[in-house]
Amino acid sequence: MQENRHHALIEFSHISKIYEMGESEVYAVNNVSFQIQKGEFVAIVGQSGSGKSTCMNIIGALDVPTLGEYFLDGQEISGFDDDELADIRGKMLGFVFQQYNLIAKLDVYENVELPLIYASVPEKQRRERVMQSLERVGLKDRVHHMPNQLSGGQQQRVSIARALAGNPSVILADEPTGALDSNTGKEVLAFFKELHREGNTIVLITHDNGIAAQAPRVLRLADGRLVDDCSGAQFRDRLRTLQMEEAPT
Amino acid sequence: MKLTQAFAMAWKSMSQSKMRSFLTMLGIIIGVAAVIVLVSLVGGFSADLSSSFESMGTTNLSVMLMGRGGSTVMEPDEMMALKEQHSDLLSLCSPEVSVSATLKHGTASMTATVTGGSEDYHLLNGYTLAQGRAVAYADLSARSKVAVIGSYVAQELFDAGQAVGQTLKINGDSYTVVGVFEELGDSSESSADNVVVIPYTTAQRLGRSARITSYTLSATSTDTVEAAIELLESTLYEKTGNEDYYHVSSVSQMLDTVNELTGTLTLVLVGIAGISLLVGGIGIMNIMLVSVTERTREIGIRKSLGGKRRDILRQFVIEAAVTSAVGGVVGIVLGIIAAYVIGSLLSMTVVISGTAVLIAFSVSVGIGILFGYSPAAKASKLNPIEALHYE
Repeated sequence: MQENRHHALIEFSHISKIYEMGESEVYAVNNVSFQIQKGEFVAIVGQSGSGKSTCMNIIGALDVPTLGEYFLDGQEISGFDDDELADIRGKMLGFVFQQYNLIAKLDVYENVELPLIYASVPEKQRRERVMQSLERVGLKDRVHHMPNQLSGGQQQRVSIARALAGNPSVILADEPTGALDSNTGKEVLAFFKELHREGNTIVLITHDNGIAAQAPRVLRLADGRLVDDCSGAQFRDRLRTLQMEEAPT
Repeated sequence: MKLTQAFAMAWKSMSQSKMRSFLTMLGIIIGVAAVIVLVSLVGGFSADLSSSFESMGTTNLSVMLMGRGGSTVMEPDEMMALKEQHSDLLSLCSPEVSVSATLKHGTASMTATVTGGSEDYHLLNGYTLAQGRAVAYADLSARSKVAVIGSYVAQELFDAGQAVGQTLKINGDSYTVVGVFEELGDSSESSADNVVVIPYTTAQRLGRSARITSYTLSATSTDTVEAAIELLESTLYEKTGNEDYYHVSSVSQMLDTVNELTGTLTLVLVGIAGISLLVGGIGIMNIMLVSVTERTREIGIRKSLGGKRRDILRQFVIEAAVTSAVGGVVGIVLGIIAAYVIGSLLSMTVVISGTAVLIAFSVSVGIGILFGYSPAAKASKLNPIEALHYE
């Protein structure tokens, strides 16, 4: 993969995703363009049906756009086949899901090790990286616990460790606090901020404006279109205005 | 992903649902065990048959005469002359006259088949002498009343005492025991040790029959068996002019026929047991399909973490193959145990065939791969987004 300083890490260029529903065509994402630079922490926010999940799937190389071009680290990947996309996911992306998505019958160590096995990392290096990332999330003493022996917050930290283990270019978090109580949610969010400070690129997908507002940059989607691209502070101001407009006096 | 990793994953997933894995394997276990038991028992049976044929001597030829209007088509002297003339093909010759008779010695008595033969008889039938001598050439022309007895007869009539030199009554006539054969079978009533051999000339009188209807000859080696058969057949055809009046057969021919027969029997039985293997394979396929559906989400996760189609395919195929391989090994062990148990209960010889074990094992692995492939292919083609959101 060629390193190119002039390219953004993530670049959406006029991306549309169209589903055919019988006779009519539905635009899940409609002509969306944006760039995310290396080291950014961006929240993509929107109501359900806004197209944020489709955006996440495309960013995460789980899906390809119908129209437009998607550059990941300068490489146009919208024409890739299944296995090429899997390779990109394994090497460049780390997923954190709302439901943690740990494999129940594998222990903490084996769950974190999985992406490294698929990336054919040699055994010794695997061991180092798994232990490193488990230490990073503070779960080094739970190495041989099964997922169901851990609390929700701990499971989410395991899934973050799994995302970190592969040393990804982008950490892609889909509603990472959605299944957690508010305190644990805050802790997880604080952890993402820390990872951001350490230089990781983080894309967080959420429907919760309050959470999105904590990110340095917010992209807001509505009806498949990009309607806001602003800083977290600006987004907070807008929210306040919105609330004042909505709130009865 | 490395193959060893894939095996480790398959083993782990199997050992975490032991009951299900066991039930999945059951079809294979039963199929493989059935194949092993049947092959071992039929193998033992045919080995028994072969060894009893071989003890008769694989170079032995037997001539049966159907007679023509009550007269013998070939006299012993003619047969002997033929043997002498073709000593390059034929080495031994003995007429065979069998008479069922009552044997008596003192108060002991028994019924036995008394066989009349030449001085070659004991050689043709594999007997060796423990004591005394065999029927001699001089006994034939003299029509001597001498008898050579098997170890069973010696035991029954002479109580394991000295038999040679004693008098034995056969249907009331007195015979002198001149020799005792070494034990050939297991000295039981049904074995080759229940035997009394007298000169055939004497036996013809005893049976009140002048006809000799059967001869045993031996070819000089296994290579001359065919030529010896041809010689006998052409000689007999010249004498009788009708193929229906004689029949020449060889032990090796009979052995071939028997082997062919047991071979067919094995194939049929293995075929039937094979149906069970097929059913076992379908069982594996069924469980693998259920397992793919149940693990849709897991497949989605694996794909999102960089698992490629072939990684997923390999995982499920190996899982199916390992399941059926373990089933195969269990089936082989159970089959061998069952074969020995059944063999000892029915007092049958058991021959475990290494080839059968190897084939049973590879067939069960093959079945796992064959029937595991389509569910695995289904799993590998799942769309990761849909799989991730599968509840």
